[in-house]
Amino acid sequence: MADFERVEHDVLVIGAGGAGLRAAIAAAATGVRVGLVCKSLLGKAHTVMAEGGAAAAMGNVDDRDSWRVHFADTMRGGQYMNNWRMAELHAQEAPDRIRELEAWGAVFDRTPDGRILQRNFGGHRYPRLAHVGDRTGLEMIRTLQDHAIHQGIDVHMEVTVIQLLQDGERVVGAMAYDRERGRFRLFSSGAVVLATGGIGRAFDITSNSWEYTGDGHSLAYHAGADLIDMEFVQFHPTGMVWPPSVRGILVTEGVRGEGGVLRNSEGKRFMFDDIPENYRSQTADNEEEGWRYTQGDKSARRPPELLTRDHVARCIQREVREGRGSPHGGVYLDIAWIKERLPKAAEHIKKKLPSMYHQFMQLANIDITTTPMEVGPTTHYIMGGIRVDGDSQMTSVPGLFAAGECAAGLHGANRLGGNSLSDLLVFGKRAGEYAAQFAREQPAPRVEAGAAEAAAASALAPFERDGSPEAPYAIQHELQRMMQDLVGIVRQEGEMQQALDRLAALSERAQHAGVHGNREYNPGWHTALDLRHLLTVSEAITLAALERKESRGGHFRDDYPDKDAAYATFNIVVRRGADGTMQLERRPIPPMPDDLQAIIEEQKS
Amino acid sequence: MASTTFKIWRGERGQGAFTDYATEVTEGMVVLDAVHQIQASEAGDLAVRWNCKAGKCGSCSAEINGRPKLMCMTRMDELPAGEAVTIEPMRAFPHVRDLVTDVSWNYEVKKKIKKFTPRPPDAPDGTWRMAQADVDRVQEFRKCIECYLCQDVCHVLRDHHKHDEFIGPRFLVYAAALEMHPLDTEDRLRDLKDNHSIGYCNITKCCTSACPEHITITDNAIIPLKERVVDEFYDPVVKLVRLLRGKK
Repeated sequence: MADFERVEHDVLVIGAGGAGLRAAIAAAATGVRVGLVCKSLLGKAHTVMAEGGAAAAMGNVDDRDSWRVHFADTMRGGQYMNNWRMAELHAQEAPDRIRELEAWGAVFDRTPDGRILQRNFGGHRYPRLAHVGDRTGLEMIRTLQDHAIHQGIDVHMEVTVIQLLQDGERVVGAMAYDRERGRFRLFSSGAVVLATGGIGRAFDITSNSWEYTGDGHSLAYHAGADLIDMEFVQFHPTGMVWPPSVRGILVTEGVRGEGGVLRNSEGKRFMFDDIPENYRSQTADNEEEGWRYTQGDKSARRPPELLTRDHVARCIQREVREGRGSPHGGVYLDIAWIKERLPKAAEHIKKKLPSMYHQFMQLANIDITTTPMEVGPTTHYIMGGIRVDGDSQMTSVPGLFAAGECAAGLHGANRLGGNSLSDLLVFGKRAGEYAAQFAREQPAPRVEAGAAEAAAASALAPFERDGSPEAPYAIQHELQRMMQDLVGIVRQEGEMQQALDRLAALSERAQHAGVHGNREYNPGWHTALDLRHLLTVSEAITLAALERKESRGGHFRDDYPDKDAAYATFNIVVRRGADGTMQLERRPIPPMPDDLQAIIEEQKS
Repeated sequence: MASTTFKIWRGERGQGAFTDYATEVTEGMVVLDAVHQIQASEAGDLAVRWNCKAGKCGSCSAEINGRPKLMCMTRMDELPAGEAVTIEPMRAFPHVRDLVTDVSWNYEVKKKIKKFTPRPPDAPDGTWRMAQADVDRVQEFRKCIECYLCQDVCHVLRDHHKHDEFIGPRFLVYAAALEMHPLDTEDRLRDLKDNHSIGYCNITKCCTSACPEHITITDNAIIPLKERVVDEFYDPVVKLVRLLRGKK
């Protein structure tokens, strides 16, 4: 039997990116005992990589902006598959959450009159993203981290949760191991908040770090919670494509917000060729107008490069497939051209996009102030995730809450850039508060050691395989390549059926994978454990994608290339059936209240 | 491309030795790619800390050919061709395993620095006004990704092991960002002098040259802080006045 240390909290927050930190701060502010589990060191979570900014209708740059416009933009971008209540709360509360960061020491870029500067981004009608150059995520996570360390929160660094523990249905804790020693830690807590981020590591080409293995999605699923919208995966249009070792690293949308344009190998700005009907009235129809928009001309409409990410990614994919791509299989993203329009353009680019400048200089030997970048789509974000109540962020399982990328609803079929950082703040805070309330109102948690011991034994199994078992790395790489090829940016029935067969075979292999060495900081072992989560989320994505026989937002089917109104009325739910297999259900989207419907109508023009 | 030899420090809790591995190096590869290749092929339990692989999180700090570097941002083609590459953990912190060190001391130090304390809001809606020119300096310090390479090369920590007394360049930058924040009202100068031992820094600028974010640590953060401490506590005129008035 495995030994474990017991730790008690009122609220346990799993994940220490923006959502987890904000949840922990909110819970601690109510006076309960809070534990914060980080898979890595504090301050290193994926939020640190966010570049462009956090969307909030503060109206500092364009006073025509309001929460109503932000709400309508978010719903339009999500193709109306969103949880409208979350979209409403998000648009209303984001400005306060950003201003709160300033009170905690964040230093955003400034307007000429000294307020928080806001920039243009895809799908947002007005300049709305509070930002710090192109390192907004770092500013946000550091601000939250530096505030949190003075709030009496117990931080568990480099600890990974392997299973949630339940008393009947209610979640009452979690079993985890620490990386350094490989020892087990049993958490009991009145409520648990999942804030584990996304699933990007299920794909080969991704902007996501190694931690993004769908832990929260999988933990919740195995505890009986509903997942929804899993077919909606966002492929960000602009990742690096060369050299191979950096393939997938993000190139911020901010490059296009600052005037960067996309061209194919013929030098043509191909985005003008394909502007969707529902965005036509908001989109520039010539290059001159598009440029004026990026320079703050309020009478100009935005250039087609700033259409939603799903659309831009597919246009790039089309150019490459039809032979008009760049030498390494992308297209050109050119910010250097602005020297034709601006004095001191090179200095301007370095000031506005410092990390992009260094990233290309250091990793690709390319000076973006003189040379176009080569870019292509990269797996970036999952809109789908754990189904939550819009107000409280509680999942369909009592005592279990979720916030940030691992929760679903706000973004519908496609997320607008900048809506993620504000999502983390708005719903992290709500999840923390409601989890604390739940923990206070419910009886003290009772954790049975039996389930914890079984979880520990299962986690140690990879050390005990006889013979020369297969290492987990190869299985993980194969899974990533398979998902990229068969369930990637363009999908079809036959390939996805094949993916299900391959997943079954990979699961079988994963069950027999073995690792060498001991339990201390052993990445082979960690990979073997992460693999279980990756297999669960990959199956959920594939099944949901098969079920949705239309194309919408981040989900594109070659065999059903158009939107189908019949599919606009429901979300696809994935949950574990009584027999342990994955079950699907079509869950009707509740009708929108009249006042919100009126906002959508008024903003359509 | 040809196979390259990597001499990687393997071992636990300070005990260890270099182990040789050979792996293929391809165009554009960084050192962290090579470590991952070795991990996937022949050393499944090779411990290495990393996250973003894009120079943004500051997790993969190590000593490559004896130089403090982020593994994810060190391209193979900037190292001498045809020669073996050595990779060691940071030496200024307790060793855990292979390339991983225990950097928890840094987290403890940060907690001891007085937190950000803003002045009352400037506007009725609870917001403040700051000019871009007044925040440029602080924004430079806030670029820090907490890779702790500056701590690793600081001789006060690395050679003299003054971890109990001296907070190191990272936290002098942190303190500077707070002290020079236009909204902050807290005073950290006495702490810097008495508890954080800013005087130990003798401006060798090793930290500045190690910083992957190119923060001018010594010139922009440490020296101005030293000047403030001197102005506050060692001003000869003030000292004379105090002496004449019989005050300490």
